[in-house]
Amino acid sequence: MTKYMTIVLILLVFALSSLAAEPKSAVQKVPDIDTITNKANMMAYYQGMDGKAKVTMTITNKQGQKREREFIILRKDVNDGGDQKYFVYFERPADVRRMVYMVHKHTGLQKDDDRWLYLPALDLVKRIATGDKRTSFIGSDFLYEDVSGRSLAEDTHELIETTEQYFVIKNVPIKADTVEFGYYNVSIDRKNFVPMKMEYFDKQGKPYRIIESKKVEIIQGFPTVVTSEVTDLKTGGKTEMAFSDVKYDINLGDDIFTERYLRKPPREAMR
Amino acid sequence: MIRFQNILAGLILVAAPFLLRASAEENNQDAVGSFLRELPVEVHGFYEIRSGYRLQKDKYEKDMSVMESRLQIDLASYLDWADLKVKGDVIGDMVEEQADFDLREANIFTRPADFMDLKVGRQILTWGTGDLLFINDLFPKDWNSFFIGRDTEYLKAPSDAAKVSLFGDIVNLDIVYTPQFDLDRFINGERISYWNSNLGRLAGRDAIMGTDKPNRWFRDNEIAVRLYKNIDNYELAFYGYRGYWKSPGGQNIARNQAIFPDLNVYGTSVLGAVGKGIGNFEFGYYESDDDQSGKDPLINNSELRFLAGYTQEVGRDFTAGFQYYVEYMLDYGRHKDSMPVGLDRDRDRHVTTVRLTKLLMNQNLRCSLFTYYSPSDKDVYMRPNINYKATDNLALETGANVFFGDYPGTFFAQFQNNTNIYVALRYSF
Repeated sequence: MTKYMTIVLILLVFALSSLAAEPKSAVQKVPDIDTITNKANMMAYYQGMDGKAKVTMTITNKQGQKREREFIILRKDVNDGGDQKYFVYFERPADVRRMVYMVHKHTGLQKDDDRWLYLPALDLVKRIATGDKRTSFIGSDFLYEDVSGRSLAEDTHELIETTEQYFVIKNVPIKADTVEFGYYNVSIDRKNFVPMKMEYFDKQGKPYRIIESKKVEIIQGFPTVVTSEVTDLKTGGKTEMAFSDVKYDINLGDDIFTERYLRKPPREAMR
Repeated sequence: MIRFQNILAGLILVAAPFLLRASAEENNQDAVGSFLRELPVEVHGFYEIRSGYRLQKDKYEKDMSVMESRLQIDLASYLDWADLKVKGDVIGDMVEEQADFDLREANIFTRPADFMDLKVGRQILTWGTGDLLFINDLFPKDWNSFFIGRDTEYLKAPSDAAKVSLFGDIVNLDIVYTPQFDLDRFINGERISYWNSNLGRLAGRDAIMGTDKPNRWFRDNEIAVRLYKNIDNYELAFYGYRGYWKSPGGQNIARNQAIFPDLNVYGTSVLGAVGKGIGNFEFGYYESDDDQSGKDPLINNSELRFLAGYTQEVGRDFTAGFQYYVEYMLDYGRHKDSMPVGLDRDRDRHVTTVRLTKLLMNQNLRCSLFTYYSPSDKDVYMRPNINYKATDNLALETGANVFFGDYPGTFFAQFQNNTNIYVALRYSF
C-alpha cells in the first residue's frame, strides 16, 4: 500500500513539474547550450528517420565559370543523432553518370566512416580509404563534413550572442591541428533551430568561408533548408546547393546501403 | 618530324566529325532533346579521339600504337518489370585500318524476388580485391587496350553470361554462368609485340599467334561463383571457378597453336579498414586440370597466387596504394625436369605495385602513376596518366605505357618495344 502511494506521489510531482515548465518556454527563456547545439544538429542532419532529395550543385569559380553536379541522395539514421547511412547516385555530369557513392557514417570519435564508390563501366565496387573530411566534396566548395555533419563532440560550444532572431554559437575545435579553421560561428534560428549561417575563421581570426541557408521550407512538418550557398572568401569561388523532391520517412530498407544496391541502385535512388 | 606530322594529320582527321557535330548540335539541341524526352529511353555516351605512338622503333609493329575515334552510345530503359541496357562503341581504327563495332553491354536486369537479382546478356563483370591485379576475377580482360593506353574501362572485356545473385540473412551468393568460353583479348602479336618462346625472339605481326579455343555452346562453358558476407564492414568472400585459362595456358606443338587448357580456381579474400586505410588480402589455388601432375611441358602448371594490399590517403586529395603479389608454381621439380635447359621458368613470380593519385584544381585535374615492379623478373611497367576536365563535358588526357627490364622474355620486359605515349580528348553527353 505504501509502495502504491509512493508511485502516485512521484507521478504527481512529475505532472506538477511539467506544468511548471510550460510558462517558462512561453517567456522564451534561453535554453542551455547543449540543447541548442543538439537541436540544431538534429534539424540540419537528422530530420525524420530517413529521407531523400534531389540535389543540384552549381560550382562557380572566381572567373565565373560554372560546373554542375546533380545527384539523388538517400539517407537513413541508424540512431537519432548518431550513426547514419548515405547513398548518393550521380546523374550529372555525364562522365560520372550512374556512379554511386555510399557512406556508413560513424559519429564515435574512435571510428572512421566507411566509404564505397561504384564505377559502373568497370562493374567495380571500390572501398575508399577514409580521408580528411575537410576536403572538397566532388570538387565543390562544400566539404565532406558540411554534407554529412561534424560530430558535436569535436568542438567546444559557447553561446556568444542572443539576438531577436538568432542564437550565435562559437565553436572551437578540441584538436586544433586536425582542421584548417581556428573556430566557426553558427547563427541558429531561435524559432525552429535551423542553422542559418556558418562563418569560418582562420587561425589568425580572419573570416574566410561562409555557408548560408538561403531558403527554408516546411516539408512534411520539418523545416528544411532547400537552398544553401557556400562562399570561399580566399579563392573567390562559391557553390550553391539546391534540394528538390525532398521526402521524409519513406521507409528505406537497411539493405539499400549494401553491395547489392551499390551495384544496382534501387528505383528510389533513380527517380 | 614526319611522325609529328602524322600525329597532327591523324588528329585533324578524327576530330573533323566531332567539330562538325558540335556546331550542328548548337542548332538542333532543343529539337533533338525534346524528341528524346518523349522516348522511355535514356541516351548517353561520349565521343573520343585518341592518338598514341611508340617511342622507339618496333620492327614487328606499326609506329602508331593507337589512332582512333570512338563513339559510345549508351541506351537504358527502365520498365516496371526490368531494366534494359545496350551500350556499344563504333570505332574508326587507323592502326588496324578498319571500322569496328564493339558491343559492350546488351542485357536485361530484373529482381524476380526480394532475395534475388538476375542479369542476362552481354555484361561487364568484376569482383575480387586487387587493384589492376586479378586472382579470383576470371572474367575476360582486354590486355591490348590496357597496354596501348585506352581508358581503363576497356581493360574489362564483356562476358555473354547469366548472373544470378541470391541474398540471404547469413550469406550472399553470386553465380555467373557463361555458356560459351569468353577468353581474354590477349596479346597475340597484332597490336603488341611479344616474346615468342618457340622462335626464341620477339615477334609481332610476323607471327600472329594462332589459337585453338574451346567454343562449343553449353559444353565449353564457364561457371564462376562467389559466396560473400559483410561482417561489420569487413568484406569476406570465397570464390570458385570452373573453366579455362583465360589467356593461352599451353600450346599444341603439332598444329602450332596456343591452347586454353582446363582450369579450376578456388580462392578467398578479405577487405576492410586497417588503421587509417584499407587493407586487403586475396588467395587463389589455380588447378591446371589438364596437367594435374605438372609433367606436361606444354601446359601451365598448377599455381598458388597471393595478394596483399594497402591504400591510404597520405595528404589532401592524395592517395597512395601498395600491393604485393606472388605466383607460386606447384610441381616445380617436374616442370624443371620436363623443360629443355634454359627454357624453364622461375618457381615464383613476385610483383609489387604502387599507385599514387593526386587531385588538383578543384579535383578537375587528376595526376596518377601506377607502377608494376617485379623483383624476381627484374622488369617494370609504369602507367603515368594526367586527366583534365576542361568543362563538365570535355576531358583531355595524356599518358604513357612504359615497359623495361633486364631480360627480353619476362612478363613486362617482353613488351619494351611497345613503350608508348598517347593523348585523348573526350566529349561526354
